[in-house]
Amino acid sequence: MTEFTSSCPIPINDYPHVLMAHGGGGRLTGQLIEKLFMPAFANAALARQHDGALLQIGRSRLAFSTDSYVVRPLFFPGGDIGALAVNGTVNDLAMCGARPLYLSAGFIIEEGLPMETLWRIVQSMTFAAEAAGVQLVTGDTKVVDKGKGDGIFINTAGIGVIETSLTIGPSSIRAGDAVIVSGDLGRHGMAIMSVREGLEFETVIESDCAPLAAPVQALLDAGIDVHCLRDLTRGGLASALNEIASASSLRIEIDEPAVPVREDVRGACEILGFDPLYVANEGRFIAIVPQSEAARTLEILRATAPGGEAAIIGNVQPATEVRHGLVTLKSQIGVARILDLLTGEQLPRIC
Amino acid sequence: MKFIDEYRDKAGAERYARALAEITTRPWTIMEVCGGQTHAIVKFGIDQLLPPQITLVHGPGCPVCVTPLELIDKAIHIAGQPGVIFCSFGDMLRVPGSKSDLLSVKAAGGDVRIVYSPMDAVKIARDNPDKSVVFFAVGFETTAPANAMSVFQAAREKLTNFSILVSHVLVPPAMEAILGSSGNCVQGFLAAGHVCTVMGYTEYDPIAAKYRVPIVVTGFEPLDILQGVYLCVKQLEEGRHCVENQYTRAVQREGNLGAQDLIRRVFRVIPRKWRGVGEIPQSGFGLTPEYAGFDAEQRFGITDYTAEESGECISGQILQGHKKPRDCPAFGTRCTPEHPFGATMVSTEGACAAYYRYRRD
Repeated sequence: MTEFTSSCPIPINDYPHVLMAHGGGGRLTGQLIEKLFMPAFANAALARQHDGALLQIGRSRLAFSTDSYVVRPLFFPGGDIGALAVNGTVNDLAMCGARPLYLSAGFIIEEGLPMETLWRIVQSMTFAAEAAGVQLVTGDTKVVDKGKGDGIFINTAGIGVIETSLTIGPSSIRAGDAVIVSGDLGRHGMAIMSVREGLEFETVIESDCAPLAAPVQALLDAGIDVHCLRDLTRGGLASALNEIASASSLRIEIDEPAVPVREDVRGACEILGFDPLYVANEGRFIAIVPQSEAARTLEILRATAPGGEAAIIGNVQPATEVRHGLVTLKSQIGVARILDLLTGEQLPRIC
Repeated sequence: MKFIDEYRDKAGAERYARALAEITTRPWTIMEVCGGQTHAIVKFGIDQLLPPQITLVHGPGCPVCVTPLELIDKAIHIAGQPGVIFCSFGDMLRVPGSKSDLLSVKAAGGDVRIVYSPMDAVKIARDNPDKSVVFFAVGFETTAPANAMSVFQAAREKLTNFSILVSHVLVPPAMEAILGSSGNCVQGFLAAGHVCTVMGYTEYDPIAAKYRVPIVVTGFEPLDILQGVYLCVKQLEEGRHCVENQYTRAVQREGNLGAQDLIRRVFRVIPRKWRGVGEIPQSGFGLTPEYAGFDAEQRFGITDYTAEESGECISGQILQGHKKPRDCPAFGTRCTPEHPFGATMVSTEGACAAYYRYRRD
């Protein structure tokens, strides 16, 4: 029998209440997972800490993943909570190298939500599921009192089948591998930010919300020896790379000028004092592949991945005694520094 | 991106690095005043391009860092009151007071909102007449005009439910305090470009003359800072000490006269306490008697708060250029951005936080 501990592993003195930053995808989220959830639920599938769990059931290898969606506003340029809820889980499955098949949907609806709004969200989920080639096969509905929810919260879970024999994950990456991003960064975060805060820019920044199963399948079909995949959601590129570097104990080096960020997104980030490398995406991923297959991977991603601006942005370096499990970045003026995890959410600066 | 990329050009940076190496014959210590400059220096690695004789020390120009502990405690007290909407710039929310921070007040049910302009807080006051709306007016001369405008506008609209918690500080008195302190090592300054867009730079002439230090008004991009350092070193090497303007694309000698006029209408110069440094005479703004009714401290009856800093923190010495973050035994171990001991670790623009984030190894 495992030992039962009744005391909370996160010192109450430090954080007597859950803060927004505990859900921000940065250091505090990591702490919550590592200190509270992982030890409590400990098992082999969870221990891999991948985007989804990999399960062997009979002769089939399945990937299983879940995600909850709480976004305000519900509709934003380039997407809505429905499309996000389908694509998010589809993408988590794709990052395991799986072909997404079936999704569940749980709706927590706030009393008073216009029926038309719900209908538009459901329609959007239908389109997104069709585009991603998945079916919504089970679901649940709960309604909470007015004021107890932000219009609607959606949870989706999904399963997909893994047909590749590759082991896709941080344990497979090797020194010398190339790091490739599937498209330009930061659109989703800045689209939400501009609508939520009523910031107007010269152009409307649209979310990059999109399914990623097709470009992943294209890489696998082409026989690319994919070592690791990770979709870039909240916390952005920096958080994803840090998670991978930490899990593999290797060092990842990024060339900042090579990272594709559209000019309108960069402009919006400059105004708010945000770093686009930490801004959320909903239709972008990184692929870590052997250097010898980098050019072919790039070619396939440019043809199949949404955004079309795939780029080689860095490589995996051997671990040294002092530098392992971290991400370094060569700045625009050519000097190297650490690309760290954020402590909390990015907050707009004073001046 | 236009107006950004040309100031982050690698070849340009290397040219300045070579030019600096050519003119530098002796060791020089230069302070960049503004936290935004510190952040850029560490983020882009600008200091690593400088000749080894040049030391950059990091100044007190981070508004989040120097806001005294008791003001944070006052903000936390007000934000926790029923019927209050507390508005603040985003980066103040994470700053720890004696016991808590504003994000925790929010988590415990307080109505704490991030705004991008103090005018947004005025709008919130207008839209919520049954609530008391308080704006945390923090910053240097840069944010003073907008903060003054919020009070001016609220007065015009007779919004009785709007007030500001003032924690305004001024750059020139802080520079004088540093230059006048025993053990001062600063030989030249990069003055804060954004502050000078508002105030101009005539007030630096007497400082440069009195203390015989070059002062270069400098921008925030890598090439701005490299050029600022170059101009400063050139003066030092030639034995000159005058005020020069590197940031000509934004700063004029007289500054923004309209903004200055508004500041003088709403604010008066008073002594202010700086976190980590202590009280500096004539170093901040308080509301003028005409606008005293908008003072949140008076309104909430909390003028007499005091708070003690962690005795272990050396941020005062860091803010004055006497020490660097790595000189602190607690840096990166017991003192981190999640558990900051003091001023310079609390904000991303603080020197310790910048070193922690970009230079930890």
